[in-house]
Amino acid sequence: MNRKAERVIEVSLFASATCAIVIVALILLFLIKEGAPILLKLGVRNFCLGMTWNPIAIAGEPSYGIFPMIVGSIYVAIGSLILAVPPGVACAIFLVEVAPGWAQSLIRRGIELLVGIPSVVLGFFGLVLLVPLIRENIGGCGFSILAGSIILAIMALPHIITISADAIKAVPATYREASIALGATKWQTIKGIILPGARSGIVAGVILGMGNSIGETMAVLMVTGNTPVLPEPLYNVLEPARTMTANIVIEMGYAAPGDHQQALFATGIVLLLMVAVLNLMSHHVLSRIGVER
Amino acid sequence: MNRIRSAEISDRVASFMLGGSAALVILILLYIIGYILIHGVGVVNLTFLLDSPRLGGAEGGIFPAIVGSLCLVAVSTLTAVPIGVGAAVYLTSYAPDNTITRIINFSVECLAGIPSVVIGLFGYAFLVVYLGFGFSILSGGLALMFMILPWTVRTSEEAIKAVSAELTEGSLALGATKLQTVRHIILPSALPGITTGVILGTGKAIGETAVIMYTAGSSLLLPGSIFDPVRALPYHLYILASEGISDEMAYGTAIVLLGMVLVINLIAVAIQRKFQSR
Repeated sequence: MNRKAERVIEVSLFASATCAIVIVALILLFLIKEGAPILLKLGVRNFCLGMTWNPIAIAGEPSYGIFPMIVGSIYVAIGSLILAVPPGVACAIFLVEVAPGWAQSLIRRGIELLVGIPSVVLGFFGLVLLVPLIRENIGGCGFSILAGSIILAIMALPHIITISADAIKAVPATYREASIALGATKWQTIKGIILPGARSGIVAGVILGMGNSIGETMAVLMVTGNTPVLPEPLYNVLEPARTMTANIVIEMGYAAPGDHQQALFATGIVLLLMVAVLNLMSHHVLSRIGVER
Repeated sequence: MNRIRSAEISDRVASFMLGGSAALVILILLYIIGYILIHGVGVVNLTFLLDSPRLGGAEGGIFPAIVGSLCLVAVSTLTAVPIGVGAAVYLTSYAPDNTITRIINFSVECLAGIPSVVIGLFGYAFLVVYLGFGFSILSGGLALMFMILPWTVRTSEEAIKAVSAELTEGSLALGATKLQTVRHIILPSALPGITTGVILGTGKAIGETAVIMYTAGSSLLLPGSIFDPVRALPYHLYILASEGISDEMAYGTAIVLLGMVLVINLIAVAIQRKFQSR
């Protein structure tokens, strides 16, 4: 093959690598093109902090305030982390430090399968089992922040386990051996040496999990009830809530082009910004550890 | 002596708790799969798989949705593989350490972090409206491709990096050009790893809903061409369940969807095993 053909192929390989740049740029461009007009018209502040979402007003002006949705997204995400982090980290410790070989491969297979379950299937599971369970045993209408948090926690578990396990594995074996040699029990070693050593990695995993949870759509949509108002009182996790992702998916179906559709793209911009900030924070923490070790 | 004893006891308790949380994860998994299987296994039969839905899905089968899902996954995989593997070859074998390479890597990371619903919005604005593809297999497939592209790039990169440097250097030392080395040495050795990554990528694509809702449409008819709309399995499941059309049919659809994901994962595992044993 001659030099010219080599060159052509090299250029086309470069072109396919730049596809990622082009796609990301197009996504930003189109989100801004479709979402910016309404942000400019209402003001970013009014849009993000507005308390009422009423896009199809029968009488009077429609209003586009997504503050309840921002709160809803953060609410279910934090709820999911509260539920998923303790068992997730414990499972990671077990996986790396305690489990015999057969249990390790069992857990790994289990995690892979759990990741593979489509979110809409988890949402359906929540809808048919969890929602009635909450309604009958705890109270409220069942469609709730609690239900959303539980389903999201199930989705977040595998990621938290994987990242925490990596962080735990990265603690130098010499530390562990030194601690055991000094007569510490396994638990004392875990508590005193391994967990502090793996802390930044675990934190990075938790932040990433938060980002994933905020960006998750289907599973949350099917179990949280989707009312675009703040829970009343604010701490009541049995109240329904609507997340930003759910807002987009529910209303895209009937939003007329114009302010309403633009408001949904603007919701997408806010969502993307929040997820991006969390992802960057997580990468920052991870790369800092990478540099240190 | 007492302190040693209490340390031993807390060691026992801790191991028990740690093992317990691991067991919890497995139990949740088994419970979800078991629950859906028990409730839906009666629905799934050949008629269900091969019949068209009637009354909006309350009766009949899910054949068009299965076809729709397969079409979408085919379009996304067939477009993601050349671009993704090409990008991976470039990044591992050609890319100089400069700003453009860093921007490429950063973009791949960004794309991986973008929530699927945002990709769906973009797909609607760009593919459906701006490019005029309408609600179609093409729009949905391309939108799915945007979602699985970063995964394809990263897994292919890892597979290529795992090829031993000695092989590559040996080939170059024998006077082969870079392209010849990539074609005859690197790609064949990395093929099992790349294939595994691609197959796992299809597993991600097939379960995705938010991306395709407003790009692929929701027609329950069999598509005649790539420009026809389809309703994929996950979207069908969502509509059946959330609009209360039929729980029974929804369970059946969930089983079929889970089954497809499971088969895809098993194939990937089998390829990995075969490769490792060589």
